[in-house]
Amino acid sequence: MSNPLKPNPLDFSRRDWLVQIAAGVGMATAGESVLSAQQAHTAAASATPYTPKALTAHEYATMENLAEWIVPGAHAAGVTPFIDFLCHATDDMQIIFTGGVGWLDDAMRRRTDGKDFVSASQDQQKAMLDLIAFRENNSPELGPGIQFFDWARRLVVDAYYTSPVGIKEVGYIGNSAMSTFSVPQAAVDYALKRSPFA
Amino acid sequence: MLQVSRTPQTFDVVVIGSGAGGGTAVKVLTDAGIRVALLEAGPMLNPAKDFKEHVWPYQVDHRGAGSQAEMYFGRQQWGYFSAPVGYWDVPGEPYTVAPGDEWKWFRSRILGGRTNHYGRISLRFSDYDFQPEDGLSDPWPVTYDEMSPYYDKAEGFIGVTGTKEGLRTAPDGNFLPPIAPRVHEVLVQKACGKLNIPCIPSRMAMLTKSINGRAACHYCGQCGRGCFTASAFTSSQAMIFPAMKTGKLTVFTGSMARELITDASGKVTAVSYVDKATRTEKQIRCRAVVVAASACESARLLLNSKSPRFPNGIANTSGVVGRYLTDSVGYSLGGSVPALAGMPRHNSDGIGGMHVYVPWWLYGDKNKNFPRGYHIEIGGGFSMPQLGMFSGVCERHQGYGKQLKDHIWDEFGASVGFAGRGEMIPNKDSYCEIDPKRVDQWGIPVLRFHFQWGDSEINQVRHMRQTFVSMIEAMGGRVSGAPPDPKTAGISPGGFIIHEAGAVRMGADPKSSALNKYCQAHDVKNLFVCDAAPFVSQPDKNVTLSIVAFAWRSSEYLAEEMRKGNV
Repeated sequence: MSNPLKPNPLDFSRRDWLVQIAAGVGMATAGESVLSAQQAHTAAASATPYTPKALTAHEYATMENLAEWIVPGAHAAGVTPFIDFLCHATDDMQIIFTGGVGWLDDAMRRRTDGKDFVSASQDQQKAMLDLIAFRENNSPELGPGIQFFDWARRLVVDAYYTSPVGIKEVGYIGNSAMSTFSVPQAAVDYALKRSPFA
Repeated sequence: MLQVSRTPQTFDVVVIGSGAGGGTAVKVLTDAGIRVALLEAGPMLNPAKDFKEHVWPYQVDHRGAGSQAEMYFGRQQWGYFSAPVGYWDVPGEPYTVAPGDEWKWFRSRILGGRTNHYGRISLRFSDYDFQPEDGLSDPWPVTYDEMSPYYDKAEGFIGVTGTKEGLRTAPDGNFLPPIAPRVHEVLVQKACGKLNIPCIPSRMAMLTKSINGRAACHYCGQCGRGCFTASAFTSSQAMIFPAMKTGKLTVFTGSMARELITDASGKVTAVSYVDKATRTEKQIRCRAVVVAASACESARLLLNSKSPRFPNGIANTSGVVGRYLTDSVGYSLGGSVPALAGMPRHNSDGIGGMHVYVPWWLYGDKNKNFPRGYHIEIGGGFSMPQLGMFSGVCERHQGYGKQLKDHIWDEFGASVGFAGRGEMIPNKDSYCEIDPKRVDQWGIPVLRFHFQWGDSEINQVRHMRQTFVSMIEAMGGRVSGAPPDPKTAGISPGGFIIHEAGAVRMGADPKSSALNKYCQAHDVKNLFVCDAAPFVSQPDKNVTLSIVAFAWRSSEYLAEEMRKGNV
């Protein structure tokens, strides 16, 4: 079998190279199954809004709000559907998030004469986050909130940075077919200049 | 009442297991025109269905967490996107561990075995690995010079990157072109230069140019997911699929070997196995058998093959089967390197794994408190974002919002990781035997493991940590995580590195070894073992390349002996 990859272009589209690999090495099924997975995903992404399967409307709205605080842009990147999906997948996850939202609402009510987290003002929400987003604030009172925030941050960050938006934002370039591998000298120089070996 | 059905025809050779050793035996034997039956306990591999190469995390609804979010609760044994790998726990196939000991037994049940996912680090053993000069483990019945031509063949077939370095601790081979170091690897090389440690191009079974009809690498860095173009070596794609086209090979998948059947003269005449789909007992008759089921599984099969002639198991007159079990010594440490923070983005995928590595550099040095060596594997670069990739950044900085995002952007690709892989000296407390009380789901008696690290291994791990800390600090980096428990020094549990070797060792003396220098049983001339079970020791060089080289040599010998009518 011959090398299916064009000798010249450094980086061409995933679709192009998958088709070429499929054609070149008789692995049409492989290429096509990945391609159809991608197309199915694209279709899903543009479909109707997500309907929560595990969280109540209130819990879901609270997570949307909290996710946007943790990673601005989380909503557009579809972070909350991922959290709901995992809560639906296992009770272990569901109890973390239903329990966490319950704690958050209760803690906020005590500080605001009865407002739950989403109903509180931006300043009140921020004041709460400034307590539970840091381990050093740990206390018997805040412990459950800090634990919950840790989980929320973990899933929000994971969901965001594995989404198309997050992957682009963090600047990952790859998952493509290259005919050669090389490292830009500018990147080597950047690191060396800032290293003890400068 | 179980009915045992025999295949109508007799095969020349039955090969049990389809990993690096079994795949090599299949290739060499069918190339010689020999009719082979291959038994694999798992299913047929279908790369189109089983490999997840090039899939983005967002193309999967759980993004790699597992359909029950297993990853988040430590219930996932291996990354979702990895090639089909097998696990330490296999449903219906238990093993036991003696009280007070720790051992994890990894099994892979699919055509190609662990070669579908393995790291593909391909290092020759050194002359002193075969004939230890310190006398702390027994000599092998072969020398480096005898094995060198078979390493040439193995490398020439599977394809291994590398450069000629002239190091005794890392013998040169038949190499494909090396691959350029990534930015963090350039820094590691500088740090090593400062510390007077060698850091050379890695020796990996990925094709930096097309050979043997396999396409050259396309540098996506996802070898661990399985490669559609077979540019990363697997026994399934490179050896067994082509052999299936010769008409000389018959593959029996879903077939779990139970016992080797012998005649009155003590020769193997058939292999008894469980057909998993029908849960029935079957036999295949053969003129010779190659056992390549992985070190411990091969030992188990021999120990379970009892007969009046072989009351302690076939090929076990010496009593060594199950003994001399080893795994590589493992220790890992990571650090964040400010010089890499905020680096201009570029594609650093390359080949899966390291582009440079550190071979052992203190051979013969008397100023250390452990006898045997280790090599260092290096990780880092801008890899595809995955679940959990930024949990270290979150852990360090906490908080939320734009600040957190800025930290994540800054530290993407700014970490390095070091993994030491060291030589364990075989000891009397580390072995496997048949558990007298337990059987698996097919009624086959299971293994009971005994395993202990010695002081040599613990001291070696302490040295690894010191070295890694020095390297991270030389790069201006900060070590991540807390120091390990001083007692264990953070050593990996036995079996965790998945380099099990020994258990059916070779040797010149039939009283203290099960196999001769061709991995042929001293007691049974038509029985060969072709995985890491014959290995007398566990050099600090991952075993797969040597499994291929030894299996190649044994298979050529078997073919020749069959031609001469000796087997």
